[in-house]
Amino acid sequence: MTDEEEVLIEVNNLSKIFGENPNQAVSLLNEGYTKNEIHEKTGQTVGLYDINFKVKKGEIFVLMGLSGSGKSTLLRCINRLIPPTYGEVYIEGEDIAKMDMEQLRKIRREKLSMVFQNFALLPHRTVLDNVAYGLEVYGVEKEERYKASREAIETVGLKGYEESRITQLSGGMQQRVGLARALATDPHFLLMDEAFSALDPLIRSEMQDELLALQEQVHKTIIFVTHDLDEALKIGDRIALMKDGQIVQVGTAEEILTNPANQYVSQFIAGVDKSKVLTAESVMMTPEPVVSINSGPSVALQLMREHGISSIFVVNKHKGLEGVVTVEDAAEARRNKKNLEDVIIREYPTTTKDTQLKDIIPMIAESSYPVAVVDDNNKLHGVLVRGGILGAIAMEEEEQ
Amino acid sequence: MSPLLPKVPLGNYVENAVNWIDATFGFILDGISAILSFLLDLFLDILLFLPHWLFIVLFIVAAYFLTGRNWHIAAIGGIGFFVLDNLQLWSLGMQTIALVISSAVIALIIGIPVGILSSKNDGFKSAIKPLLDLMQTMPPFVYLIPAVIFFGLGNVPGLIATIVFAMPPGIRLTDLGIRQVPTELVEVADAFGSTPMQKLFKVQLPVALQTIMTGINQVIMLSLSMVVIAAMIGARGLGYQVLIGIQRVDIGLGFEAGLGIVIIAIILDRLTQGLTPE
Repeated sequence: MTDEEEVLIEVNNLSKIFGENPNQAVSLLNEGYTKNEIHEKTGQTVGLYDINFKVKKGEIFVLMGLSGSGKSTLLRCINRLIPPTYGEVYIEGEDIAKMDMEQLRKIRREKLSMVFQNFALLPHRTVLDNVAYGLEVYGVEKEERYKASREAIETVGLKGYEESRITQLSGGMQQRVGLARALATDPHFLLMDEAFSALDPLIRSEMQDELLALQEQVHKTIIFVTHDLDEALKIGDRIALMKDGQIVQVGTAEEILTNPANQYVSQFIAGVDKSKVLTAESVMMTPEPVVSINSGPSVALQLMREHGISSIFVVNKHKGLEGVVTVEDAAEARRNKKNLEDVIIREYPTTTKDTQLKDIIPMIAESSYPVAVVDDNNKLHGVLVRGGILGAIAMEEEEQ
Repeated sequence: MSPLLPKVPLGNYVENAVNWIDATFGFILDGISAILSFLLDLFLDILLFLPHWLFIVLFIVAAYFLTGRNWHIAAIGGIGFFVLDNLQLWSLGMQTIALVISSAVIALIIGIPVGILSSKNDGFKSAIKPLLDLMQTMPPFVYLIPAVIFFGLGNVPGLIATIVFAMPPGIRLTDLGIRQVPTELVEVADAFGSTPMQKLFKVQLPVALQTIMTGINQVIMLSLSMVVIAAMIGARGLGYQVLIGIQRVDIGLGFEAGLGIVIIAIILDRLTQGLTPE
C-alpha cells in the first residue's frame, strides 16, 4: 500500500441498507445494535456496513465469507449492479456511485466485466456470440468483435467450440465461455462471483490453476468472491474476510493464518491444511548458532553443547553456507587433530524462503539434519527443525 | 325481494356510455371499420387467389422448412387442407382463417408491447390486472353487443370482439416470460453495459421467447373459438355454417362445419408450436 498510484479500486465507508429508511438503520448500527436486532426492530436489512478497502493493480483480491456475509452484495456494489446506500467506490479515481447512466454504461463496457456463479450464458446464442456480447452492445463491427472473441476463446482453451450451442457444453466448459466473455472486452477489472463454486471439485481445482496461469498472461486486476477458504488461500494475493456485512480482516493468506484478527477468524481458519499455505519463512528459526569454517572443532563442539544440538551449520566469512558438521564428526576431528573442513558434510538439504511447508515436510523427514533456508547466493537465512514445523501446524489448534 | 339499498342502475350507465361513444366518435369508428374491412377482404382475396392444390403444396413446403424440417406438421397441414377441399368448405375455411389470423395479429401487436410494459412496471401490472381478469371471465357473448352498436353487423364487429377476447393471454404470458428471465442473465446485460433496449431485445425477449410463443398460441386458439361465436353478429366463415346448422337442426351440415373448425384449430396449433425454438 505504499505506492498510492497502484491503487485502482478504493472503497470508502460503503454501506448498503435494504429498506425504506436507511438513516434509521445506520444510526442504530452506530449505537451498537446487531444486524438481527435491526431487522427485528425496523424490518430493514443491513447488507453492508462501513466497508473500506483498496485493491492494487494486478492483484487477485478475494472477498471471502459464509453465505449472507455480504460478499456478493459488495461485489455488485463495485459495478453498481446494486447501488450503494452510502459511501464511495472509486474505480481508477472515478466514483461509480455518483455516475449517471451513460457514464455507468461506459465504464462497465470499457473497464469492468463480470463472471457469474451459474455461468449466466445466453441459451439462444452460440459460444462465439456469447463471448462477443460485450463488444456487441458496445457497437463494435461484427468482423472485429468476432476476431477479439475468437482470441478470447482460444485463451481459455475452447478453440474449436466457437459454433457450439451452450447446452452442449459441460459446466467447466461453460464457465470458460463465461471467462472468455469477460476477457473479450479487454477490461481492466474482472469481478468474479463464486465463479468456480458450481463446478465439481476436480474441475474447480483445475480452473483455479488455469486462472492463476491466465493471470500471468493477462495481468488483470481481479476481485474474486468465494465461500471456500481453500480457494481463497490458493488464489488470493490478499483476502478480505467478511462477516455480517462487515470486513473482519484484510491480509495475505499467511497474515490471516499466522495472525488472525479475532476469535471468528481463528475459528474460520481452524480446519485449514496449513502446510499448503505456510512457507518456510514463517516457520524457520534464526540460524543460531553457526560456526565459522575457520574455527576449530572444539568451538563447534562447545556451541553444540551449549545449545543442546547434535549438528551445526558451517558458514564462511560472507555468511555463505559451507556445510554441516555433526557432533560425532567434530569429536573425531578433535581427537585426530583435524580441521572442521575435513569432516564437513556438503550433501545436505536446502530450501528457499517461499517454499510451501507441504514440500518441506518430506524433505525434513528423510534428513538427519535440519533443513537450511538459503537464498540464491547460498546465504543462510534460517533453519527448519522438526519441532518448529510441528509447532507451527499445531499452533492454531492449541490456541482454541 | 327488494335490495338493501335502491338498485344502482349499472346497466343504464353502461348503455348510456356506449350510446354516447357511438354518437360522439361514430365517424372515427366508421373509419376504423372501413380500414379493417378493406384489409380483411384483401387478406381473404390473397388466400383464395391460389388454386387449392397449389395452396396445399406451398403450405406443405413452407411448414416443413419453417418448423425446422418437421415433416409431421407439414403432413397434418396437407391432409387437413385436403379434407377441407373435399368437404367443399374451402372458401368458408379461408374466411375463418383470415378472421382468426387478422384478429390474432392485431391482438398481439397490442398485447406484446403491453405485456413488456407490464413486466417493467409493477404499478402498471396491478392497474391492468383487473381489466385482464374482466376480459377473460366475461362471457364472450357480452362483447358482441357493444361491437354491434359501434360497428354494425358483419366481419368487423366480429374481428373487434375477437381481438378483445383473445388479447389477455398475449399480455399475461409476455409479462410472465420476461419476469421469469433468470436474474443472473439480466445482470449479465447490465454488467456488460447494455442499454435498456439492448437488454430487452438481446437478452429478455429471446430468453422469454418460449413463454411468449405459448402466449401467441393461446391468442390464436382463443381467436378461433371467438370467431365461431362472432358468427352470431354476422361474421362469415365456418362459424356461420354451424349457426345455420343449429337453426335448421341439420346435423350433417353442423358436423361438417364443426369438423372444418377442428381441422383449422389443429393446423394452427401445431404450426405455432412448431415455430417455437427449443
